Amino acid sequence: MELKSKVPSGPIERKWDKHRFEMKLVSPANKRKFTVVVVGSGLAGGAAAATMSELGYNVKCFCFQDSPRRAHSIAAQGGINAAKNYQNDGDSVYRLFYDTVKGGDFRSREGNVYRLSQVSVNIIDQCVAQGVPFAREYGGLLANRSFGGAQVSRTFYARGQTGQQLLLGCYQALEKEVSKGGVTMYPRTEMLDLIVISGRARGIVVRDMVSGEISSHLADAVVLASGGYSNVFYLSTNAKGSNATAIWRAYKRGAAFANPCYTQIHPTCIPVSGDHQSKLTLMSESLRNDGRVWVPKRKEDCGKRPQDIPDADRDYYLERKYPSFGNLSPRDIASRAAKEVCDEGRGVGPGGRGVYLDFADAIRRLGKEKIAERYGNLFEMYQRITDENPYEVPMRIYPAPHYTMGGLWVDYNLMSTIPGLHVAGEANFSDHGANRLGASALMQGLSDGYFIVPLTIGDYLGSNKLEPVSVDSPEVKATEAAVRQRTEKLLSVQGSRTVASFHRELGRLMWEYCGMARSAEGLKQALAVIPKLRDEFWHDVRVLGTGAELNQSLEHAGRVADFLELAELMCIDALHREESCGGHFRVEHQTPDGEALRHDEQFAYVAAWEYAGDAQPPVLNKEPLVFENVPLSQRSYK
Amino acid sequence: MNLTLHVWRQPGPDARGGMERYEARDISPDMSFLEMLDVVNESLVESGKPPIAFDHDCREGICGSCGMMINGVAHGPMRGTATCQLHMRSFGDGDTIYIEPWRSRAFPVIKDLVVNRSAFDRIIASGGFITAPTGSPQDANNIPVAKRDADEAMDAAACIGCGACVAACPNGSASLFTAAKISHLGLLPQGQPERERRATRMVAQMDAEGFGHCTLYGECQEACPKQISIDTIARMNRDFLVATRHEHEEKVLGGG
Ligand SMILES: Cc1cc2nc3c(=O)[nH]c(=O)nc-3n(C[C@H](O)[C@H](O)[C@H](O)COP(=O)(O)OP(=O)(O)OC[C@H]3O[C@@H](n4cnc5c(N)ncnc54)[C@H](O)[C@@H]3O)c2cc1C
Ligand code: FES
Repeated sequence: MELKSKVPSGPIERKWDKHRFEMKLVSPANKRKFTVVVVGSGLAGGAAAATMSELGYNVKCFCFQDSPRRAHSIAAQGGINAAKNYQNDGDSVYRLFYDTVKGGDFRSREGNVYRLSQVSVNIIDQCVAQGVPFAREYGGLLANRSFGGAQVSRTFYARGQTGQQLLLGCYQALEKEVSKGGVTMYPRTEMLDLIVISGRARGIVVRDMVSGEISSHLADAVVLASGGYSNVFYLSTNAKGSNATAIWRAYKRGAAFANPCYTQIHPTCIPVSGDHQSKLTLMSESLRNDGRVWVPKRKEDCGKRPQDIPDADRDYYLERKYPSFGNLSPRDIASRAAKEVCDEGRGVGPGGRGVYLDFADAIRRLGKEKIAERYGNLFEMYQRITDENPYEVPMRIYPAPHYTMGGLWVDYNLMSTIPGLHVAGEANFSDHGANRLGASALMQGLSDGYFIVPLTIGDYLGSNKLEPVSVDSPEVKATEAAVRQRTEKLLSVQGSRTVASFHRELGRLMWEYCGMARSAEGLKQALAVIPKLRDEFWHDVRVLGTGAELNQSLEHAGRVADFLELAELMCIDALHREESCGGHFRVEHQTPDGEALRHDEQFAYVAAWEYAGDAQPPVLNKEPLVFENVPLSQRSYK
Repeated sequence: MNLTLHVWRQPGPDARGGMERYEARDISPDMSFLEMLDVVNESLVESGKPPIAFDHDCREGICGSCGMMINGVAHGPMRGTATCQLHMRSFGDGDTIYIEPWRSRAFPVIKDLVVNRSAFDRIIASGGFITAPTGSPQDANNIPVAKRDADEAMDAAACIGCGACVAACPNGSASLFTAAKISHLGLLPQGQPERERRATRMVAQMDAEGFGHCTLYGECQEACPKQISIDTIARMNRDFLVATRHEHEEKVLGGG
């Protein structure tokens, strides 16, 4: 497999302009003749579907929730970055680009990241025009806050509900196009396979989740915007339905999967409270603007009430270790630091797996009212879940799986290794390298969806002559048959264990061996256990009911079956990458003071894995990464 | 704690439904309501019985997927809280809990506690947007918005589209949902050009979907997990009246 990044030549500031000029166009009259399937209605999919319909394409958009407005982007809290420099604090497109490349620990593609930073300013304009109610200053202009990994204030927000407001803006644009007839929306419809004909993506096979009917939708191009795969860990901050099925099926049809082991563990989540736990709740990183992270200096103090521990006996470890970024150190660093102090036995709360996030100083400085205005809904959410009042006692937080930087490999046009298959948003691997900075996922989803895919799809359709396809073609029939067979197989096992019990077991395994700290020994152990668990699943899972009805166990079973395969690829990737970078921390590779130690000569590449059949190990393809603008250096936030 | 549940079971849209009784054992007060149902479902599957179907996704009170009548109250006893954020510490050991789907003509039951809320999408499609095609806007700070207006717009925009307002309303009205969107967009300068058209179309669509009329019972704002105020309904009515008057004037003047 040849990986052509297709990054345009020339100086970095000119690449996207040059490319926009060189791309083929489709005339307005011809756009109507093309059908594009979009899987996903989150920021990436919703924006792409709405924009392509505005341009004149015939769009079919799919989501598994009952309404496109419920895509998981809705849950994003803290904010969205943009290089507007409205605060006049020295921000620029170049600085956002620089911060993102460095934040990603030099494992992303410079050309893509620069474009993302350029487009970021248009996103804010677009969203404001749609009526997104961003926070404002008294003068009526837009307000900003800071996020981890940055020393400027470039994050735009709408209380603690930024994702909700951005998604509603996008959903409203989508519904506007639905009413005009340009988009047909298919809610409660799950993509279960990709149709590939003559080497090109030509449609998808879906299951209607209410009637159970399996059918095909043909297209001239397909966009996958199906979100991330953090739920491979069972417990994560993702929604319960978030899954890898769409991208995993595409991988098995020939799309390379890039950097599957790059996962982000978010430092500020509410700790696990018991075995019944079904998901973990994020407490937005924006809280680190005003909250101070600490644990007791001495183990013996861990059982004391926090208010009884004097300042002198507290270890504000982020401020101590990283004085210039302090509580706003990047996520991977803050998460590992929390794990470290808990491993030393200085953690607080049940099981010693927690650290304090304390607002007492901020409340003293700014008043309770100001804090309530900034974070009120997050404080309420915390209190509802834990029954503790964070205005009075510090929050307890612990890291949790949150975001996946890995995803399907795409070139500069966001096209995968299957021609015609584009991948947008968290589902692709493109812009964040080995660690994503806070408030940059919303930016990337909207950049991909509003500004990139709609143009690069035109280039693909304008420069390729596609043969006509029909639902009766053998490829379509065979793909549909495979989906039916798999569904029947899941229903016919009739074993003794629930789907959730397998998912929980897989999650525990992945958290233990492929979570915040990884070792060759642990990964090998995981690689020995996962195939056994998968085998047990296919022999002993119990899915009741039929395929011809709304069947939530069946849906869950299909997703867990795919996670059981993806988990193995994640461990293979983590084992092969003999270095530490960003969210991938191999205990064998660390600096004397415990920081991630990269090995640039061997590993400055994207690992793009190619499926080679269930019986063969996947094939590793490498896309070398070249840094012409941001010199490779050890990341320092000290 | 141990609880007795009475849950609405209905195998499909056209099937007859009824209440079934289940025992929920060893429930921790730290569980969310949905985690309690997860426990019940696992034990149902283990004993070979079909699990209870219910919509849910984010479990953080923001996606609007979840929602059920709990002891006759939409989203249960805790104010300003969606079902997924309700915790079992709101109940006592030995309690009996009745769980039913949203009841509304416009929200037909699909299965058990799952209903079809696509009428809400059609209301938005009829006019709940600002037409701003991608790529056309000016710089964001060229449109200053008074902080008060931005805050008030945000209060209305917080709606999660769960449908509790409809389920709680004795008339089954969708006024709070529709008014929240009309208020959000109508409070902003960007929303002015389409303001009247938006109100007319959204109200017409709401009626066409078979939702009931609003007689200002106010149950909707009590049930709303985001505590959206019925003041938005006054705003909707005002926009609707103004729009109707202008339409009438246009007909009289322009019709000649
Ligand atoms: C709790 C939380 C808070 C966050 N906060 C922030 C923040 O403050 N700032 C920031 O920048 N980022 C944040 N993020 C990250 C960010 O929200 C996500 O990365 C981003 O929204 C993903 O958008 P998306 O469009 O790629 O996918 P999603 O929004 O996840 O959408 C996926 C879509 O695909 C559909 N889908 C999936 N599989 C299938 C299938 N098989 N068939 C049919 N449809 C399918 C779903 O129905 C859905 O419509 C946060 C994430 C979480 C979990
Ligand atoms: S599950 Fe999302 S609001 Fe309850």
